[in-house]
Amino acid sequence: MHMSDKTTHANGVVSRSSAEPWTPALIQQEVDALKDKPGALLPILHAIQDRFGYIPDAAIPIIAETLRQTRADVHGVISFYHHFRTHPTGSHVVQICRAEACQALGARHLEAHVKERLAIDYHQTSRDNEITLEPVYCLGNCACGPSIRVDDDIHGRVTADKFDRLVERLTTAPLELPS
Amino acid sequence: MTTRIYVPCDTTALSMGADDVAARLTQEAAARNIDVQIVRNGSRGLFWLEPLVEVETSTGRVAYGPVEAADVTDLADAGLFEGEQSHPLSQGLTDEIPYLKKQQRLTFSRIGITDPLSLDDYRAHGGFAGLKKALSISPQAILDEVKASGLRGRGGAAFPTAIKWQTVLDEPEGQKYIVCNADEGDSGTFADRLVMECDPYMLIEGMTIAGLAVGASQGYVYLRSEYPVAFRIFKTAIERAYDAGYLGDNITGSGRHFDLEVRLAAGAYICGEETALLESLEGKRGMVRAKPPLPAIKGLFGRPTVVNNVISLAAVPFILDKGGAAYADYGMGRSRGTLPLQLAGNVRRGGLVELAFGISLRELMEDFGGGTFSGRPLKAVQVGGPLGAYLPESQWDTPIDYEAFAAFGGVVGHGGVVMFDDTVDMGEQARFAMEFCAAESCGKCTPCRIGAVRGVEVIDRIRAGENSEANLELLSELCETMVDGSLCAMGGMTPFPVQSVIRHFPESLKG
Repeated sequence: MHMSDKTTHANGVVSRSSAEPWTPALIQQEVDALKDKPGALLPILHAIQDRFGYIPDAAIPIIAETLRQTRADVHGVISFYHHFRTHPTGSHVVQICRAEACQALGARHLEAHVKERLAIDYHQTSRDNEITLEPVYCLGNCACGPSIRVDDDIHGRVTADKFDRLVERLTTAPLELPS
Repeated sequence: MTTRIYVPCDTTALSMGADDVAARLTQEAAARNIDVQIVRNGSRGLFWLEPLVEVETSTGRVAYGPVEAADVTDLADAGLFEGEQSHPLSQGLTDEIPYLKKQQRLTFSRIGITDPLSLDDYRAHGGFAGLKKALSISPQAILDEVKASGLRGRGGAAFPTAIKWQTVLDEPEGQKYIVCNADEGDSGTFADRLVMECDPYMLIEGMTIAGLAVGASQGYVYLRSEYPVAFRIFKTAIERAYDAGYLGDNITGSGRHFDLEVRLAAGAYICGEETALLESLEGKRGMVRAKPPLPAIKGLFGRPTVVNNVISLAAVPFILDKGGAAYADYGMGRSRGTLPLQLAGNVRRGGLVELAFGISLRELMEDFGGGTFSGRPLKAVQVGGPLGAYLPESQWDTPIDYEAFAAFGGVVGHGGVVMFDDTVDMGEQARFAMEFCAAESCGKCTPCRIGAVRGVEVIDRIRAGENSEANLELLSELCETMVDGSLCAMGGMTPFPVQSVIRHFPESLKG
């Protein structure tokens, strides 16, 4: 599978799976880079989450001040969208598709298996801090369900066995040093 | 001589291991001293065959699928690199595969054939011919072609595209916008994703033509964050289109101006509703706006805005190139042209099927789909996403046509067809419709915000056998209230699947 070839995606675009620690200065840097775009808030929130893995509380006043919005407005936007996280995740984020096309192929069984295998519920992180589990409503892979997303990789026709093998690989993969 | 081999790079092919297959093919060819060029093409949309490997031969491309990395050595032994067709995974000439051959691909004509990011490929297959035409005629003339095509919004609402454009064109000059709705949230749909991953320049061309037609110099694509592959590919396509002069302030030297940016959504289904989408693009919570004012008059940042689905905009280059009448030649009644249908869920041969309106649902599910994946009897089919009704067998002979579906309270929507076998618990599906609405409601109007939560509770009581008769009546009333009283289609249509279960699968709601 292509868990280990993060750098060989089609079209040569590297997907990021590791987050770096944030500082107020680094957050300000992300905000400043995008603040002049029309409707800048969502692009800013994406940039922060992509880089640091989540949106720390400390980002809210920085964004609010720079965009001249209230902290309540910024908080309101973050909390509205399922995609934005306000807590760090494990090393990998696993999303299970809960939508109808996957339901028709046993997504509910897979969901139950995953929760049991990882011993966590949605929005929780496994005890070894490896995997954060989230639900997702449709990955657009609806002819080859049930589907899951692991970081930026989508997997189709996922059975309980296939999931277990995937977790095995995720939790035992050797560390890759950044080049 | 170099042998050209195609391994698709769309989400579905990748989800079935296409990267590994491509890597194995490279190794295998090297080990055998065969000179190959691996092209990462788009998917043909024959998803049960993914990864579908194609080998170019003098008689056309020969297909093999579904190929796993472990099959590659065996396939090579059986002559894959020479295009031999004896291996059990050989599907013969790609163009002769009935599933593909029987389609009427106008919008998807290039998809799976070309390298999605190659501008040379795009041009060699008719790309930018529509733009060239559009640059040579007046905005009103562009619009008249779209009007003649009879194109209606492919996102689900089926509103005539030309009327929307005309409204924006007729507004006084000034900043106007083209917004592409790529928040393809309906389960069972992937046509937008395929366009963006497999033929991105077609969407760029369609949006540019829309901009020329209405006098808009800025476009935004609002793409769902659940599509990381589409985002990567489309972003690269925009960069290359700028570098080659197809976007920017002097499109192909014409002096005309159109800028385009792709923006990522953030996982809110409601942002597929056009006014919530505009709020989100403005950097706000995705709260639905009351209409009027229409987005065509007061849209993004309060300016006149065309909001169209990916497939609507992707149909435009064909319409400009071949003429509106050529598009309108396809279809039935007031549903003109073709619809990219998407076969999904429990289906043996899932994938993308572009056909003129008019084929029956049954033909689609049986002739193309080949029945269920599990091999069990088909029980119900949900057309048009999570807000679409579940259709029992008595309705499967309905032709795919906006009006024919509306006649019995169904929706064609974005063309997603999700099949379920006889193991499905329809009561659970009805509950899920309400649960989904409760999770995804923007919360602006009461029938949707509160109704969905109460809907889950009432269905739970009915299924637990608590006062079932009275609670069923309550559920029916609640559905009516949501349909009549909600601000947008989220609350207004969530009852459709629930009502269809009450009507056609009443036994599933018994405790």
